[in-house]
Amino acid sequence: MTAVETKPARGAPPPLKHDEAASGRASRPRGKRRLGPGKSIPLGYLIGPLLLLGVWIWGSAQGWIDPRILTAPWTVVETAWDLWESGRLGPDLLVSARRFALGLTFGVLAGLVLAIVSGLSRWGEAVVDGPVQIKRSIPNLALLPLLLLWFGIDERMKIITIALGVLIPIYIHTHNGLRSIDGRYAELAETLRLNHAAFLGRVVLPGALPGFFLGMRFAVTSSWLSLVVVEQVNATSGIGYMMLLAGTYGQTDIIIVGLVLYALLGLVSDTVVRIVQRRVLSWRRTLED
Amino acid sequence: MSLIRHAVAAEDAARVPGAVVLTDVVKRYGRGPGAVTALDGVSLNVAPGSFTCLVGASGCGKSTLLSLVAGLDELSAGSIDNVERPVAMMFQESALFPWLTVSGNVELALRVKGVGRAERRQRAAELLDTVRLNGFAHKRPHELSGGMRQRVALARALAQDASVLLMDEPFGALDAMTRDILHDELERIWRERELTVLFVTHNVREAVRLGDRVVLLSSRPGRVLNVYDVGLDRPRRIDSAPVAGLAAEITDALREEVSRHAG
Repeated sequence: MTAVETKPARGAPPPLKHDEAASGRASRPRGKRRLGPGKSIPLGYLIGPLLLLGVWIWGSAQGWIDPRILTAPWTVVETAWDLWESGRLGPDLLVSARRFALGLTFGVLAGLVLAIVSGLSRWGEAVVDGPVQIKRSIPNLALLPLLLLWFGIDERMKIITIALGVLIPIYIHTHNGLRSIDGRYAELAETLRLNHAAFLGRVVLPGALPGFFLGMRFAVTSSWLSLVVVEQVNATSGIGYMMLLAGTYGQTDIIIVGLVLYALLGLVSDTVVRIVQRRVLSWRRTLED
Repeated sequence: MSLIRHAVAAEDAARVPGAVVLTDVVKRYGRGPGAVTALDGVSLNVAPGSFTCLVGASGCGKSTLLSLVAGLDELSAGSIDNVERPVAMMFQESALFPWLTVSGNVELALRVKGVGRAERRQRAAELLDTVRLNGFAHKRPHELSGGMRQRVALARALAQDASVLLMDEPFGALDAMTRDILHDELERIWRERELTVLFVTHNVREAVRLGDRVVLLSSRPGRVLNVYDVGLDRPRRIDSAPVAGLAAEITDALREEVSRHAG
């Protein structure tokens, strides 16, 4: 009985016409393209960054890029190795990574809680939404003097600054995702007599996940950006401090090492978010797949 | 059988589980001169274990009526008595949570009632078996055809274990063949479980194929125009002559009603 309803599997080719089958071509006429972006390219996300790296290597080797303006890639690798060998890079990297992770964690938690409060209750929205929008329009750099006064110059201040930057995209996108949940799902939840906890856990949170992950991608990058700011304004350790110090001595190669590290860390964390996103949101059918 | 059922007085019927009695139900939206009256004095006795179909032109308030019985919306006047709340409800679309598996969707209805995990799984498997979907427990809704999705929605409605099942054009988006098969399934399940079904559709033949009674509603405001007793033997076929004959009669009345509003 069920067989009657079973659709052909998605992506299964339509039956081949005789002449096409003979020539081994796909059944779609040549020249006719699909409107979607097509099949995904394995490791395709690496192509852009690798192209950029290629231009850098090629340009430096050809002598088009003056090493005083932009250090050659091999010098950067050498410098990074020297820094690592001499024990200067490792501890700084560790300190930066810790700040990043803590700031991100607290920021995501705060952003999530605020988004849920403001998304599920009109009163919550009335209280929470305005201040978040205000914070959004104030750059972290402008807040820094105040944060310094309030929280001192230690780790606490740095983590709070990062968290403040992170919670904004998490809040905006989760809130938006939550409010875009199909109203029918809420109606359905009502007919199923779901209680608040079940509604939150089974309907609201999964429904808001696409928004949350978009926010997460902004949040991860924002976390690295804030890190640069706090480490360059007032710090005695971390990658940013290392770059600041190098700047005063005119050590371009060390600055580039710092920049490359930031770039790598940013790319890696964005990739991690995207991989997790794809696995968690496997129930969606979008152009992405 | 159905004659005896209908003879039961409203007061008595309301005390039997599965009965739904609507008395002078009025539903208005908005206030003042811009107010719209969706339903105006609808009275209806739905006997326990009966299959009642509501038909009418679009905008006649059929779906509003179901929302009111389900308690999703509030009455403006009148009363609805049904001994057993909650009722189970089934929609046309967006009826499954896409992030849950087939089994998860069915289990959700059981989780609310505090059924333990192992038993939930077991009962969900049985219900999926009832709607002939065994083997699909771990699929996601987007991997299923429209007909299979509605089977899951039906299984979930059954999981609520309510004696009243409200269906809002549940097969409206399906092709004729699939719909035909699901009519047989629904009829079988309705009889096995002795459910009271209130079924909204704009498809008059579907109403005659399934219903003990077909209630014809007028448009804007919605009132009961006529109630047809479908005295045809079951199982029926949607393309049989008696079904088509009664459907034609109801369709004529419906067309007259629609053209009166258009003119």
